[in-house]
Formats: sequence, C-alpha cells, structure tokens
Amino acid sequence: MPTVFIPSLLRKYTSGQESLVVPGRTVGEVVRNLDEKYPGFRNQVVEGDDLKSSLAVSVDGDLAVGGLLEQVRESSEIHFVPAIGGG
Amino acid sequence: MDTPQTQQFKIIGTRPVRHDGLDKVIGRAKYGADYAFPGMLYGKVLRSTLAHARIKSINAEKALRLPGVKAVVTHADFAPQTTAPVYRMGGEAAINPLYLACNILSKDKVLFVGHGVAAVAATSPHIAEEALALIEVEYEPLPMVLDLLEAMKPGAPILNPDVRRKSAPDEQTNIAGEFQFKRGDIEAGFKAADIIVEREFRTEMVHQGYIEPPNALGIFPGDGHATVYTSTQGPFDVRIMSATLLGLPEGSVKVIPAEIGGGFGAKLTVHIEPIALLLSKASGGRPVKMVMTRTEMMRGATGPTSGSILKVKMGAMKEGKIVAAKAWFAYEAGAFPGSPVWLGCFTGLSPYNIENFLVDGYDVLINKPKTTSYRAPGATNAAFAVECVVDELAQRCGMDPLDLRIKNASREGTASVMGPKFPRIGFVEVCEAIKNSDHYRTPLAQVPGKYRGRGVATGFWINGGMQSSAIVNVHADGTASLVTGSVDIGGSRASTAMVVAEVLGLRAEDVRPAVADTDSIGYTDGTGGSRVAFATGLAAYQAAHDVVRQLKERAAKIWEITAEDVDWTDGKAISRKNGVAPLSLKELAPRLTRTGGPVTGRANVYATGVGPSFAGCLVDVEIDPETAKVQVLRCTVVQDVGKAIHPSYVEGQMQGGTVQGLGWALNEEYVYDEKGTLRNASFLDYRMPTCLDLPMIDPVIVEVANPGHPLGVRGVGEVSIVPPPAAVANAVSMAVGTRITDLPVSPPRLFKVLSAKRG
Amino acid sequence: MAKKQLVETTINGEPTEFLCEPRQSLLESLRDILGLTGSKEGCLTGDCGACTVLVDGRPVCSCLMLGMEASGKNITTVEGLAEGTQLHPLQQKFLEDASLQCGICTPGFLMSAKSLLDRNSKPTEAEIRYALAGNLCRCTGYDKIVRAVQDAAKVLQSR
Repeated sequence: MPTVFIPSLLRKYTSGQESLVVPGRTVGEVVRNLDEKYPGFRNQVVEGDDLKSSLAVSVDGDLAVGGLLEQVRESSEIHFVPAIGGG
Repeated sequence: MDTPQTQQFKIIGTRPVRHDGLDKVIGRAKYGADYAFPGMLYGKVLRSTLAHARIKSINAEKALRLPGVKAVVTHADFAPQTTAPVYRMGGEAAINPLYLACNILSKDKVLFVGHGVAAVAATSPHIAEEALALIEVEYEPLPMVLDLLEAMKPGAPILNPDVRRKSAPDEQTNIAGEFQFKRGDIEAGFKAADIIVEREFRTEMVHQGYIEPPNALGIFPGDGHATVYTSTQGPFDVRIMSATLLGLPEGSVKVIPAEIGGGFGAKLTVHIEPIALLLSKASGGRPVKMVMTRTEMMRGATGPTSGSILKVKMGAMKEGKIVAAKAWFAYEAGAFPGSPVWLGCFTGLSPYNIENFLVDGYDVLINKPKTTSYRAPGATNAAFAVECVVDELAQRCGMDPLDLRIKNASREGTASVMGPKFPRIGFVEVCEAIKNSDHYRTPLAQVPGKYRGRGVATGFWINGGMQSSAIVNVHADGTASLVTGSVDIGGSRASTAMVVAEVLGLRAEDVRPAVADTDSIGYTDGTGGSRVAFATGLAAYQAAHDVVRQLKERAAKIWEITAEDVDWTDGKAISRKNGVAPLSLKELAPRLTRTGGPVTGRANVYATGVGPSFAGCLVDVEIDPETAKVQVLRCTVVQDVGKAIHPSYVEGQMQGGTVQGLGWALNEEYVYDEKGTLRNASFLDYRMPTCLDLPMIDPVIVEVANPGHPLGVRGVGEVSIVPPPAAVANAVSMAVGTRITDLPVSPPRLFKVLSAKRG
Repeated sequence: MAKKQLVETTINGEPTEFLCEPRQSLLESLRDILGLTGSKEGCLTGDCGACTVLVDGRPVCSCLMLGMEASGKNITTVEGLAEGTQLHPLQQKFLEDASLQCGICTPGFLMSAKSLLDRNSKPTEAEIRYALAGNLCRCTGYDKIVRAVQDAAKVLQSR
C-alpha cells in the first residue's frame, strides 16, 4: 500500500503522525481513504475536485502531472508540497 | 545499452555558433521595443507617489483633452476579478486574478510608491508622459510599514484586511503565509551537540537588473481577438493572464514572443501587457506600444526579490557531524502575497543530511513592490544564512569547510527536506571539484596594508520539468527545422537544435530552430526554472525520434522490406537484410514525396525525471581598510550540470549567475526613504557589477548524469546565483576576523564593522 | 510642442536626413524615426551603455545626445559595423566565444570595444575592462566579453 507523508503543519489532523500507509490506486483514492480514518484531512488538501491551488503532489519523487488523478503503485511514496514557481 | 553516462556524442558537447547569433551582433534581432506598426500609439502608466493610500477619485478629463491623447484606462476597465484561483494549464502554480489585476493597476488602494493607478495612450511617448501629469488623483494617505519585523507585529498597518493566519483566523495580519518543514527531534539533537552556532542574518530587497525594461505591444480591435508582442519568458503565461484580466477565452489572445533582453524570472508574469491591450481596445484597436523606463521598472512591481531576516542555529558533534538545525526565515512579499520563502525553507538545508531539523518560514506583506521570481527564487537568501553558519561550524570543529560538507552531504537516497528521496545527485562531486581546483590549491598570499580572505559556499536548486512541445520538420535538402515555444534567453535555441542534430545525424547548423507564438506550438511552460535544456530538450529529442520512426518506414518502402527490419544508427537508416547501403537523412529527404509525403515529428511532454543540481563558489577578496571596499581577486564556480549540451552557454549561465550573486553580496540593495520612495532607482545608484569590478570567473563543469533524462541533462540556469553571497561573506569574515551577517557587504556597512573592531 | 527640425547628418557612411522634435534624443531618432533599432534603450540616463554609438569615432550614449546634435556629424551604429557581409572581428569573436546570452547589451559593447581597438590595438585585460566599464551586462558576468575583445585584438593585429 502507498505511503503518504504528512506535511508538518497538517500533522495535527493525523494525530501527529508523520507518515501513514493508506490503500488506493490514485492519489485521490488514497486521500479519500485517509480522510475516513482522519476526518478533516481531505479538506486541507482538496478544493472542489482538484488539489488546493497552493499545493502540488509528488509521487515517487516526481511532481505528479495528474494531481488527484495520478496513479500510484503499491510501493509509492506520496508527498504534498507547495506549488512551484521558478525564475 | 548506453546509459547517459556512457553515450558518445558527435554534436552534443561541442560549441557551434548559435543560430540566432548573427542577427544579434548586427542589430537585426527584434526585441519587444523594436516593433513598430502603422497608426501605433504609445502607452504610459501613472504611478503612485504614496506608499499606502486609499484612492478617492481619479479624474482624467484634462488628460483626455490634451491633443494626441486617445485613451485613459484604470483598473475598472479590467473584467471583474475574484480571488478564485486560475490555473495555468496542467495545474501548475495558480494565479490569483484579483491580486494580479490590482498589482498592475490598483483598484482602490495603492500599496507602494510606484503602484500603477492609470494608463494613457497617445501619439507620442512624450505626449503620453505629459498626459500623466494631467491626471488628477485624490488620495487618502494611510499609515505605512517598511520594516519587515514591524510589519509582522500585531498593530502594524494592515495592507490587506482579508489576509489571515491559520492560527488566528479572526485577526488581521500582514503574515500572508506560514510554512514549516520538520523532522526528528531538534531539542534532543541540540542537547547532544558538542558545538552550536547561532546567528541572525539580514538581506535587503534586490532587483534582477535585466538591461531591457519590460515592454509590450498590444493590438485589440474589439472583435474578440487580441495580439500581444512582448519580451517575455513565458508567452503562454502572458496569454492566460491577459485573457483572464480582459475577460476573454484563453485562446483568443495570441502572444508573439519577441527576443528578450534578460528576465531572470521577472518576465514570467505580466507587468504591462494587459494594460497595452486595454489601451488598444479603448483607442479603437490601434496598436499600443509600452516600454517602461528604468526608474519605473525599479519602483514598479517588476522584480524585485525579497529582503529577509534569517535566523539559523546548527549543532554538530566535534568530529563534524551536524545533528540539529533550526531556521526561522521571514521574507518580504511586498504588496501582495507570494514571496519565495517556502523555497528558501526547502533549499537552504538541502545539501545536508540532517536527522533533526525545524524550519519555519513567513511570507510578509509590506509597503514595497510585490516581489517576483529571481533566479532560484528564495534560495540565495536561505543559503546565505545556512552556508555562513556551516562555515563557522567548520571553523569551530577545526575542519576544512568542504570536508565538513562532504561528511554531511546529501547523496542518492537521502531524504530531502520536503521528504522525497534524492535520486542520483552530484553534491559530493561538486565539493571535491572545488577542493581539486587550481584556485583552492593555490594559497592566498597576504599583502601588507590590506585584509585578504578566502571563502567558499555551496547551494542547491530543485530545477523544473513541466510542459514543453516540439515539432521537427524535414526539408527536401536534407536539413530540418525545429519549432518550440521556449523563448531563448541564453543560447537554448542552439542547444535544443543540437539535440535534434545529434539524433538525426546532421550538423548543428543544418537544424534551424524557431520560437513560435502561442497559436503555432503546443502549450509550453515558460523559459525559467532551469527547465529548457531539460524539458524542451526532451521534447526536441522525442520529436526527432518521431522523425526517425517515420524515416525508417520510408527507407523500408525504398528497400521493399518492413520497418521492423530497419535500424537507425549514427544518423543513418540501416537495413538488417544484406547487401543494401545505408541511407542518411540527406539521402532520404529528396525521396519523401514518393514514399508518402511530408515528414514532421512531434512531441508533447510533461517532463518528469528532473535532476536537481548543486553549485559551489570559491572567492578570494581583498579589503582596503581605509575605504572598506571589497575587491574580488579571484572567483571559481563549480556546478553539476548533468550533461553540458553546449558547454560555452553552460559556462555562460554559471558565470552570469555567479556575478549576479556577487552583486547581491557586494553592493546591491534597495534604499528607501521614510516616505517609502526608492531612492536608488537608476543604474547609477543601484550598483550592479561592471566589467571593471570583476576578474575572470572560472567555470568548472561537473557532469553527474541525471538518470531521469535520456542525455543525462540537469537544469543549468539558476543554481549558480545561490552560493556567492555566502562565499563573499565567509571570505570577508576571514579577512577581517568578524562574522559578517548583513548583506550587502558594501563599503558603508563594512566600514562600520571595521570601525567597531578598531575602537 | 516645438516644430520639427531638419537634421542633416551621416549615418554608417550614408548621408541621411530626418525631421525630429527638439526634445527627441539621438537614440529615439535612430530607433523610432530612422528604424535603426540596433541601438538599444536600457536606462535613458547614460548608465548602461546599451545605446552606445560612435560620434565622429568617439563612443557616446545616444540617449544623452539630442537628435538635432547629430547635424554635421558622422554617426556609426552597430548596423554599420560589418562591411557588407564581412563581419568585424569583434562581431565574429562575440559569436565564436559565446559572448552574448540575451544579446541586448551586445550592440553597445561592440561599439565601445570598436572604439577601444581603434585607439589601442594591444589593450591589456585591465585596459579592456576600463574601456568597457560603462557598458552593463547582466547575463554573462563579462568574462567571455573580455575574451572576445582580446581575441579580436589579436586578429586585427595580425592584419
């Protein structure tokens, strides 16, 4: 099952846990399943049917194009990161 | 199979003359300000002279009566905006359209001296300027705040009444964003540490300093289709932002990128493009050209990047292992939220594998221009603080500063600050290259009457992937053309053309690169973020292979075999059946008509497999005790670039970024008076390095191939700006025997330090 | 607004006439009236050198000179540096040595460097840096620009 790493400022929604193993085949499914155990977490990362505009998601080290639709594998690591801008 | 490390190249790694070079040395290249059209008008912007005030009324009657004036526009002419985010395609960094519109032309409040209030179109730029003076604006001044710490305090003048901290949702505040990265237990870490260094650092607002002021030429006849010529790093960014502000569907705005005279991140957004379009519409569709003046550019929200307060505490064991790090960063956002503080939080500690850390970052509103990206945004400030503390740790441990870094280095598999594990990276290789450099091995001789010192620092940047599109056309004469949407600010046309040439077996000059407008090429993210050689190079590579696939089919037709029996090696189609001579692209090209028609290769990528990069800067300085002037005697920059496609332009990026960093370290800063007016809004007083200030900058290219890219490429453009301020500070600290904690290390500031030492 | 005046001058070896307002600079005249956009606008206060042209052989910031002051003078701009299709060695070395990135400062540097090499055929590195101190570049860090001038000097010496 994929591992979700919880951003530092959101750990209060997951009883302080830094990472959780959560089932799911897409990022969206994983977030929904996480929310069942820790209600309220989903509202912190999702707005409407997409990620919050201030966030991006990294799957196995790469910024995930598909956002919530991005597929994940059994061994995947999921990180929520602030959305990026460069120069 | 060849890995990126073992490939042999014919074109990649060579130094051909860039394709657009001739036009640029004979004055034929067209930058945004070089365009002219019949019936063209000139636009100018009226800017606030108050740092914080409510706009009570704007009266443009007198201006409109001035002969030659055709239109006056204000924020009210934009389509109504909300704060609901507008995504650039693909979900990258969303735009807040209301803040964007208000930043360009203020709605009801001006938030910094230089904030746009109204704009005029007239038949000459001189008449337009005269008209500005005739626009009457009634202001109600408000208390202002120019100091970062003051702005963070409860009771500070509030810039935006809607901004709230998550921890205090009922209180107005100027703290627009809070970020935190945490791992392990820093209290336990610091308890165990043998040596602790704790320092507070300050940097000032600085500007990208591109030589070409922002420009835009808008044509909007009111039939729903708008055209913009502009010197931009991001034509598709200009498209979505202009369309949103004008209330048009995105595809109705065509952006034609002109050549660009420097951007460094600041030209990835819009400053005046939407205004040019509004003025054009209000003038009955006449083209309206706008070119900012230097003063306007320095005062307006066209850069700059954040001044900051950086508190860093690090603990190490006496043999040099870093066991804990705590950082507190506050960055100026300027008038609207969005400083790069979180990037600083992430990148500052990235070179190091530290078990216990806590990094807190704050994005702070202040009555200064809204900050814009500047080459590795946020990283330079953070690295200044971290790299100075690391230097001091090394000193206290009695260790060579590079050995301490190698001991604590992030490597493949190290968990990065944000969490994901690093792929193959080259930080250790960069440190070792510095140690092995001729510069490092040459002791620094002291001279009587001067203070001399040597300093080293390293830096990290994430680099970007994102979206790029490429088309390769094959011509009957056996040449090819490459079309991309990536504006060329540093030689990337040449390197992307070289990638195509390598795949197709052509000479570099046989591939003609072109940068297309937003209708003529697939969506392409901006030129910046160190992404062009990587992602557009990848798209060019895949498009060239798409051509190869088609050429194999054509050869198969000629040889009357199937495409599965055709290989492509060294730029030639080779038959697996015996007795047939290979066919090169040059030989196939005249036969395309008979074998099926035109051949065009294409690729669209959302590039993954990004390789982050590290850089190091080694600098020797000499200080005149009487004038406190810091002279750079020698400078070496080392950078891991993965694979240098065109080494000369890679060296150019390394040298250019280093010199920007040296300017940031030595003399650049925004100087405000008590009214919030920028006093040094010219190139005379905003003191960037000149030719005379510098020695040669020695570039050392390290190539640790990025396994995520077929050619091993890592982004090159940004990271070299990150280490120099800390390297200079460390050198000066060594020379004068006192730790430098404030940038810039300019003569007035250093003089105070030297005087304090003496007396 | 004062009436436009006729200016009679020589630009890149060609006798040239144009009408300009008294308040228009030489830079504006070259770019907006004559369509010679090779000289660039960087600051309009004579601090960046992007607008450098040669006036009777001397490097001048054309933003600090009025169009009308060009009367009777010999003006050379970057468009006149090459001889037909034969590039000046400076132009050739800027290309070979990769001495430009965005290229906006390049015309100004070429004119300042030409003026230096016309006066001093064997400049030291320090003399080159001094002569070019009035031209700002933000992209290159100046290293490859100085090298190109050194290389061009060698070519000119060997002629």
